[in-house]
Amino acid sequence: MANKTDAVAAAADRPATIRQELGTAFRFFLSELKPKGKLLTPFNLITAPIIVVGLVLIVIRFAFGLASVTNLSQAYPWGIWIGFDVVTGVAFAGGAYILTFVVHILKLKKYEPIVRVTVLNGLLAYVFYAGALLLDLGRPWNVVNPIIGNAFGLSSVLFLVAWHFMLYMITEFLEFSPAIAEWLRWKKVARILSGLTTGAVIFGITLSTLHQSGLGAMFLTAASKIHPLWYSHNIPVLFFVSSVFAGLSMVMIEGFFTQKAFKHRIGHELHANHDSITLGLAKGAVGALFAYFFLKLIDFVHYQQWTRMGDGYGAWYLFENIGFVLVPAVLFIQAIRKRSVKLVQFTAFLTALGVCLNRLNISVIAFKVNEPVRYYPSWMEIVVTLAIISMELWVFRWVINRMPVLAEAPDVAAEKAAAADAQVVQWKASSAEPAPSQKAAPANVPAGPV
Amino acid sequence: MVITRRGFLKGVGAAGGVLLGGSGAPARAATAQTSAGGVEFSGMLIDTTKCIGCRACEAACNETNKLPKPKVDLFSDSVFSEKRDTTPDAFTVVNRFANPKKSDDPIFVRRQCMHCNQPGCASACLTKALEKTKEGAVIYHGNRCMGCRYCMISCPFDAPKYQYDSPMPYVRKCTFCYDRQKEGKQPACAEACPTGATLFGKKRELLEMARTRIYTEPDKYHHQLYGEHEVGGTGWLYLTAASPEKLDMQNNLGTIPQPELTRGFLYGVPLVFVLWPSILVGLSYMIKDEDSEKGGEAHGE
Repeated sequence: MANKTDAVAAAADRPATIRQELGTAFRFFLSELKPKGKLLTPFNLITAPIIVVGLVLIVIRFAFGLASVTNLSQAYPWGIWIGFDVVTGVAFAGGAYILTFVVHILKLKKYEPIVRVTVLNGLLAYVFYAGALLLDLGRPWNVVNPIIGNAFGLSSVLFLVAWHFMLYMITEFLEFSPAIAEWLRWKKVARILSGLTTGAVIFGITLSTLHQSGLGAMFLTAASKIHPLWYSHNIPVLFFVSSVFAGLSMVMIEGFFTQKAFKHRIGHELHANHDSITLGLAKGAVGALFAYFFLKLIDFVHYQQWTRMGDGYGAWYLFENIGFVLVPAVLFIQAIRKRSVKLVQFTAFLTALGVCLNRLNISVIAFKVNEPVRYYPSWMEIVVTLAIISMELWVFRWVINRMPVLAEAPDVAAEKAAAADAQVVQWKASSAEPAPSQKAAPANVPAGPV
Repeated sequence: MVITRRGFLKGVGAAGGVLLGGSGAPARAATAQTSAGGVEFSGMLIDTTKCIGCRACEAACNETNKLPKPKVDLFSDSVFSEKRDTTPDAFTVVNRFANPKKSDDPIFVRRQCMHCNQPGCASACLTKALEKTKEGAVIYHGNRCMGCRYCMISCPFDAPKYQYDSPMPYVRKCTFCYDRQKEGKQPACAEACPTGATLFGKKRELLEMARTRIYTEPDKYHHQLYGEHEVGGTGWLYLTAASPEKLDMQNNLGTIPQPELTRGFLYGVPLVFVLWPSILVGLSYMIKDEDSEKGGEAHGE
């Protein structure tokens, strides 16, 4: 009899704890939704109206069609919502796959403090820029067709890119999820999710390689439309390589701003190593910039591009590739020599600007240059783009101020310290008594229901 | 002639197929005038020297496709004062050009979808909303379309047009009257053409006819059959009195079919999917081993 009641009690107890846990988490989530800090900051005063106007424009766009808001035409089917939001934005999200490679595959601990913030940045970039893609689609409710539809356009590069966007968003969410679990204090879940990280990282790097280059490969079909100075069979490789320095420079830029805006959230480790990390990233960027520049030189020779240097487009081409590829590479080297973080950050801005320029050249500026009526974005397209960036920054700020992104969660840090202490004790013991169990140290976390 | 071009190509294709140990037919069909299933492509021969600019084709197209009535009357010559392009509501338009040889005899050229042998639009479409039918027409399935407009980027002739002012837009272009063709009728424009400037038939026969016209009247025609080789060959062919670029036709498109431009990249995708994960897993374990030898805590496991 006693046994039976015990069993009933246990059965009733177990689901209740999970439910209670979920309830607590939900109440915690609701309490966290409230803004922290002052509302009337200059940043809010600028971005809030942009977001409001942007949302109104989005409503107008869906009510009356693309022509009501954009300057798109039969000759220019893609404007800045694709050329900037998607094609450029995704390049800047490239930092995530590079840093996860460096930290989780190459296991360079130095860059560990910035991995989470970079993955968060990448994840948000994909969520918001894929969102921007939905604005541009004429029949967005059919966006699921290439995923579930009976019609798989396997010969389309865009098919690949669409699938990869979706899969990579899930992958990045998985990579970031331990931070969410730690924030909710779900220790066991956090540990399970951390266990999936290496797999997710490998999958993520593979996906990124293909869709970063795939974004470029999309333009291969526009052979007769893109100015010969920007068209090349190497566009996929060029896009992949430029996503490396685009991603790295965005990590440096983001570091520059978080140092200023989120000082109170930055952990000791990141604070102490920020300069060294930034200089390290710059070294990576130099490599990628030179790789890109030499690829451009190959194209210059292969396509005999010197014959096209005479007109304005020739000058524009040189401006882009010398001013925003070669010059940043040289400046980065200077900055690394002088150990000047300020110069690195300035150069990162310059590099990012160059990436914008290149992506916009291929998708908009050097696209159908002989068309009698050229495309230029309407003010509404620009406001919607700014609104999307603003919304992303708001979500970024919300997450940074709550989740353990720029610093380890206090309890996780304490646990690690304890584990390290235990290890030191073990090492000391092992010198006297050989062959101790290595696995013992991390395993001594208290067991029990999560 | 005992050996026709098609027969020759078929032979080459078969030989290639045998050498490669597979059925080379579908890949080779691109340059021949038949689809993979062995169905002969339909085609259209536009002889601009026969066109009188009556725009009966435009009117017939408008009626058959139940398009809205145009602002300017379908039989008013005032439309020729400016160059027109097709629109979502006009799948074909006739333009007038000055004749470099005879100034009092203008050249009329119609434009519409060229129905490529290997269309860029269909290979670009990620939902298969655009389809190259085995009979040759390139048709559109609006219910699948997500409105990304990548077809418009990929079409070298800018044939697909888009309903930008609609909240539920479709891509619109000439359908080669696919439904009429299935009923055994010829496309409406060809039926309406009073001079034979728009001539419907099997593409193989049209090619021979067009070449014969150039050979028999070498002074009348510019010696290029536009669409024979452009982007791997198109279903619609043009005979002109002046070189195509003088008639607003893109004459620098090359002979490579549009899908070929991305094929190399797409073939690389499975390679990356096989190579990257294996290399990365190996690399990850390689470095982890070194780590644990040092006694450090391996990351991410």
